[in-house]
Amino acid sequence: MILSVFALLKALIHLTNSDYLLYISFKSFLKNLYYFEQFLGGIVNITEKILAAHVGRDEVSAGELINAKVDVILANDITAPIAITEFRKTGAKNVCDKDKIALIPDHFAPQKDIQAAEQCKMLREFSKEHDLSLYFEVGKMGVEHALLPEQGIVLPGDLVIGADSHTCTYGALGAFSTGVGSTDVASAMATGECWFKVPEAMKFVYHGKLNKWVSGKDLILHTIGDIGVDGALYRSMEFEGEAINAMSMSGRMTMCNMAIEAGGKNGIMVPDSTTVEYVKGRAKRDYKLYTTDSDSSYVDVREYDVSKIMPTVSCPHLPSNTKVAADLSNITIDQVVVGSCTNGRIEDMREAAEVIKGKKVNSNVRLIVIPATQEIFLQAMKEGLAEIFVNAGAVFSTPTCGPCLGGHMGILAKGERAIATTNRNFVGRMGHPESEVYLSNPAVAAASAIMGRIATPEEVQ
Amino acid sequence: MILKGKVWKFGNNIDTDAIIPARYLTTSDPAELAKHVMEDADAEFPSKVSKGDMIIAESNFGCGSSREHAPIALKAAGIQGVVANSFARIFYRNCFNIGLPIFESEEAVKGIQEGDNIEVDADSGVIKNLTKDEEYTAKPIPPFMQELIAAGGLIEWTKKRLG
Repeated sequence: MILSVFALLKALIHLTNSDYLLYISFKSFLKNLYYFEQFLGGIVNITEKILAAHVGRDEVSAGELINAKVDVILANDITAPIAITEFRKTGAKNVCDKDKIALIPDHFAPQKDIQAAEQCKMLREFSKEHDLSLYFEVGKMGVEHALLPEQGIVLPGDLVIGADSHTCTYGALGAFSTGVGSTDVASAMATGECWFKVPEAMKFVYHGKLNKWVSGKDLILHTIGDIGVDGALYRSMEFEGEAINAMSMSGRMTMCNMAIEAGGKNGIMVPDSTTVEYVKGRAKRDYKLYTTDSDSSYVDVREYDVSKIMPTVSCPHLPSNTKVAADLSNITIDQVVVGSCTNGRIEDMREAAEVIKGKKVNSNVRLIVIPATQEIFLQAMKEGLAEIFVNAGAVFSTPTCGPCLGGHMGILAKGERAIATTNRNFVGRMGHPESEVYLSNPAVAAASAIMGRIATPEEVQ
Repeated sequence: MILKGKVWKFGNNIDTDAIIPARYLTTSDPAELAKHVMEDADAEFPSKVSKGDMIIAESNFGCGSSREHAPIALKAAGIQGVVANSFARIFYRNCFNIGLPIFESEEAVKGIQEGDNIEVDADSGVIKNLTKDEEYTAKPIPPFMQELIAAGGLIEWTKKRLG
């Protein structure tokens, strides 16, 4: 009864929120209501439900510190070496579960130099020593956050940690997943558990239908532009609405992937028939579909009319520095990267190929296309996408994180500028500290490769 | 524990790529990482920083990549602690896990300038500006974090749990 009164009050205040002052008081009321409901208990969002289930309780409250059981523990060739060294210091003889630890050499792999090779070797040897079933050698590996969902290793309802900040990607499946440090992974490999502060929750609602050439990437860039790079600091970002319901798993993963770029602890979406369809045939173990209680409260609710969102670009040097792509036609570029854990899936390859088919890469530009996994690579071959890229004058690469973090396979020289479908445009991210990175969706990246400057797909059609 | 040192000041959103660029992540050797600490925020920083110095930064310090190499590089370069308005969450947990003391205090960030000498009482959260003779307070450290600090970091804490 009390709870339905709250819901009614919330709805009433919501109706008047066009008035700014009322809007502010609405927000502060909502926040107080959030804490009060947390105090009362009983109404729980999807993040809290998953965390509670992993500590064997009915509910947990925002702000509470918990030690929760983890379902999958991930590390890569940059972060696993420290995790392995620290694991040995715990004195544990065995890992918690040989089928829960995924070690993926993807950042500087295929091994770019001797030092990178030494780091990858540590992963291989540790995996052999502990008989890990989720070690992926070059030839089987892919960009970790594309590979784990594709292979059905992370599933709805899971609690996943990874020593990589983009581990938040799997929220698209209705899992709680978050990036941690190498020492966290070391401790979890020994105990099977990890410490968490239960996050406060923010809700993002996307109304309406997407415009042509607008995808999940544009929605998340627009959102980060709205709230800032620390707009969701320590918080859970729950995405919902008509546009999300209509979105493929690929677009959903792109959105959850970039929750970290707003400071979020996790991005999450309530699983639906699209999720179940994706997981079918991939899952090799049971999974659980959690939902959010309809009366759940949030510290902040943001609503967007997606029909007003145009292809969006983040300008240097923060993902929050967003502009409409059409307003950046004076920005010339030297390199284009299509790939990464953000936009390296088959749908992204198709989107870029559709724009570039029958056209040529501008003579001033290098276009580097990197399918995120072997399966995506093969599929792109089968569909003739690889041929489209190569005929256009692009390189079509084996899976790697490579250029996204300035590792290898496409590094920028001093003064060079790139547009990329990746996730970060910090100073020096793709190479020289005086180079620049613009972030976009695959269609805008492909159009820009043709024009030699930032361009919209309409300009080349 | 009392931390006393000279201050280097930085702005908002210092990301972990700035603290330790990925081009140096083919090693996790602390001494090697320290040679390039904060290089993309201030190219001269690795040669200017001295053992015992402190960093003061504005909001969202340590955003971006989860790389633990960032707090490792700061610690190995001799940085005793960081005071900021706020920290990005993975960096925040990494610091407690590996034992780099960090403090959240907006008044300290406002009051302290580069080159000031400060003294931080890690237990009480009182930050003294010895140059300006001012005093500020940091947010209290949550009990679980104190437990981690008392244990000597997450690995020692884990060891105890494994018994």
